[in-house]
Amino acid sequence: MADRFPSPFEMPTPPGAEGWQDLYAYSTVFSEDRKEYEDATFWFMDGVHTPEVIPPWDATILEFAIIGLSQYNTRHYVIPPALGVDLRFLNGYMYLSPVGVSDPEEIGARVPEFAERAGYYFQNWDRLYAAWMPKVRALISELEEITFAPLPHREDMTVITEGRGTGSALDLLSTYSRLVDLTLKLWHYHFEFLNLGYAAYLDFFGFCKQVFPSIPDQAIAKMVAGIQVDLFQPDDEVKKLAQLAVELGLADRFAGSESAAEVFAGLQGDPQGDKWLAAWEQASQPWFNFSAGSGFYHSDKVWLENPDIPLGFLRTYIAKVQRGETLERPMESVIAERDRIVDEYTDLIDGDEERATFQAKLGLARTVFPYVENHNFYVEHWGHSVIWRKMRDLGRVLVAADFIADPDDVFLLSRHEVPEVLFDLYHGWAVGVPSRGPKYWPKEMARRNGIMNALRNWSAPPALGTPPEVITEPFTVMLWGVTSESVKQWLGGAQDDGGLTGFAASPGVAEGPARVILSADGIADLEEGEILVAPLTAPSWAPVFGKIAATVTDVGGIMSHAAIVCREYGLPAVTGTAFGTKTIKTGQRLRVDGNTGTVTVLD
Amino acid sequence: MAQIVWFENYEPTDVAVLGGKNSSLGTLLRAGLPVPPGFAVSADCYRKALADGGLSGELDGLIAAVDPRDPASVAAAGQQARTLIGSLQPPADLAGAIQDAYAQLGERCGERDVPVAVRSSATCEDSPDASFAGEHDTYLWVRGDDEVVRHVLRCWASLFTDRGIAYRLERGYGRVSAAMSVGVQQMVRPRAAGVAFTLNPTDGDRSQIAIDASWGFGEAVVSGEVTPDNFGVDKVMGTITRRTISAKTLEYRLTGGDTVIAVAVEPERQCVPCLNDEEVLAVARLARRAEKHYGCPQDVEWAIDGGEQDVLLLQSRPETVWSRRPRQQGGAGIADPITSMVQTMLHPVTGGSHTAHS
Repeated sequence: MADRFPSPFEMPTPPGAEGWQDLYAYSTVFSEDRKEYEDATFWFMDGVHTPEVIPPWDATILEFAIIGLSQYNTRHYVIPPALGVDLRFLNGYMYLSPVGVSDPEEIGARVPEFAERAGYYFQNWDRLYAAWMPKVRALISELEEITFAPLPHREDMTVITEGRGTGSALDLLSTYSRLVDLTLKLWHYHFEFLNLGYAAYLDFFGFCKQVFPSIPDQAIAKMVAGIQVDLFQPDDEVKKLAQLAVELGLADRFAGSESAAEVFAGLQGDPQGDKWLAAWEQASQPWFNFSAGSGFYHSDKVWLENPDIPLGFLRTYIAKVQRGETLERPMESVIAERDRIVDEYTDLIDGDEERATFQAKLGLARTVFPYVENHNFYVEHWGHSVIWRKMRDLGRVLVAADFIADPDDVFLLSRHEVPEVLFDLYHGWAVGVPSRGPKYWPKEMARRNGIMNALRNWSAPPALGTPPEVITEPFTVMLWGVTSESVKQWLGGAQDDGGLTGFAASPGVAEGPARVILSADGIADLEEGEILVAPLTAPSWAPVFGKIAATVTDVGGIMSHAAIVCREYGLPAVTGTAFGTKTIKTGQRLRVDGNTGTVTVLD
Repeated sequence: MAQIVWFENYEPTDVAVLGGKNSSLGTLLRAGLPVPPGFAVSADCYRKALADGGLSGELDGLIAAVDPRDPASVAAAGQQARTLIGSLQPPADLAGAIQDAYAQLGERCGERDVPVAVRSSATCEDSPDASFAGEHDTYLWVRGDDEVVRHVLRCWASLFTDRGIAYRLERGYGRVSAAMSVGVQQMVRPRAAGVAFTLNPTDGDRSQIAIDASWGFGEAVVSGEVTPDNFGVDKVMGTITRRTISAKTLEYRLTGGDTVIAVAVEPERQCVPCLNDEEVLAVARLARRAEKHYGCPQDVEWAIDGGEQDVLLLQSRPETVWSRRPRQQGGAGIADPITSMVQTMLHPVTGGSHTAHS
């Protein structure tokens, strides 16, 4: 078994992808001038958030996410053993390297500052978290209000009569700049609570593991998990709409296989139909700002713009209602089960003092957990959906000016190029001559599309460089689920018998045929009783969990979306298998043991 | 004085005349746990028989003269005492009562001359449970009413095994007050059997049930003659957390002549798990019920009958190793959340699942 991963400097550029480096910021690619540091560092690919090639503008959000995380650790809360996370793009994939603080003296010196700063947040959590929600909603409204429009032939008369003294191109430039700033701010908000939340959760987790060394991970998660989680709200809304469709006698209107547009057109004008459409409209804001992917790609399909996705789930639910099945998650029994688990573990703890510590840590974990569970909807789903939408509007402005052919080509520009492009447009408009864009960008876009396609065919290694002997950096473990074991597994490949191991993320054992799905587009292929094998799953896949038998993912730990949703649906799940989608073939019979974290190929 | 007490009619006040082992079986059965049926012969019968046979004084004298530090003296007194009891004729009314009860047991089990285990259950005035594992005799696969009566007397005599005498003297239980109750219980013919602890014996984790299981009678596991299959079950979640399947080379099996012998397990069966998942969970549930009943960690013996698939509880006693261990000063975990979080970050805990099935 190898003891290190390939050097980033040994990685060849895939044929046809030459020049890919220029599409990413100069500071985010491996370079000879930093070779000594970069070669001695351990980098892992972030398959949790970005299993696929990252288009140049999409890299913006990833850079903002990672920098937000980093600044809170390093500059806000002074996390004692951790600084930020370093980031590089290689052949279009994102590699990360969390930076630990290793000098015990330095760690010790950071503790009082951390205690003061993080302590303040913990002590005032409810008040601060209550302020977070309106804050993030206001930010998203600001994003929603952004408009990008083509530059006018003439400035409006009001510019003259109001003596405004500025022109539309300045608005265009500053609106783009505001979009970028708001995106960065969204990611500041994202990390305002997240790492503190994880720290409190993991403190409870660690305590449970100390008192009960063999306690299953999902038992701890179950004790902390919320009952009403915003992340499940979109799915709940579809269930309500299914119920309503049956109540209004509209079920057969959904029976066929027409597209959402056709179904909705058919409902219009009919009083019951209009009532249902109004309910759909109401549910969709904000809940259908819900990405079918991780939310980190502009190409991730959002329900709002792709109503056929929720419509597919709606049809499944309508069929269930008609069969007399209940759709509501059994809240009372979920609560009762959670209480039982807590009570029984509490009873098994010796001594009042330890029981009190257990209760206190559980209490704090439950206080912080709503944020951990809910933020994802507001940032990665709702916030990102709006950002992608607005960027597409900007793309339309460039299409109208003949710079690009497809609004989505805007994502082939890096965020630093966009002002330059807009300035070119501005120049042509102001001077009254053709901009260079229409001559320059169509060819360049063809080249860039070629590069992206070439990069998509590259198989990114799970890690690069020299791994530490033991993974101790807390965020590597906490946020990405990368452990000494996973590094060993990556170095050693899959088990000899084709079996896989991962996190026992949701209990239970199931057998069935595998369905390997590499992106959200494939989820429609899933059939009743199949085992979903995917790089990762997104919360918006929730409705398919009603028909599958189990889930296997390449990445993610016990707090990954797949894990949370599977526990919710009572399905076995093994997450973080690293090689699931590579070694398993669609149609193979699998046995998924969510109690032990093992996947066995039965054929 | 009741001569015979059926296990299901056991009352806590009976412990003085039924001894620890019988009381334990009675308690478990009263708690609704699946214990094979049977009855106890009261220790009063032992006392009365000795008095009727004129042996009481003689036995007391023998024991009173023992020098506990001199093994030879213990052995000589034991030998004499056992011979005396061996010469005793069982009182006719007692023999009749035992035979009646045995016949009833046979009816209940649907088998005339049902094979039974005849077990010693010693008692003392000072301590109702004056027995220690393996001190007194247990006879397995006893059939027929005369045989049962004969083995009740053999149990009586086993009150005076050398180890039994030494143990009581050592414990200061007094020299004259010991008596012997005897349990008569239906034998099971286990397909698989073993022990279960309601905590993890390697680390004291009270959320876990540890099960050792092997083919055939539990003796192979208890004696340590085989490396059993080992399972861990989380008692709250009811999930299997560990499975270690070993080569089980030997099993105790019943022969045609009602004797249980150790035989080699066929190679193809050695590494087959002797319990399936449902059975593992059934054993764990049973152990958990025993623990809940007693309110403290238990060490149980169980068996899965060859015919019926139900798990039977053969014995349950308090776990002693971890339960007696003094608790760590200050207990686990740091109460202060900030200090504790820093420690957690310095030593991040990962999901145990990656190592749980090595």
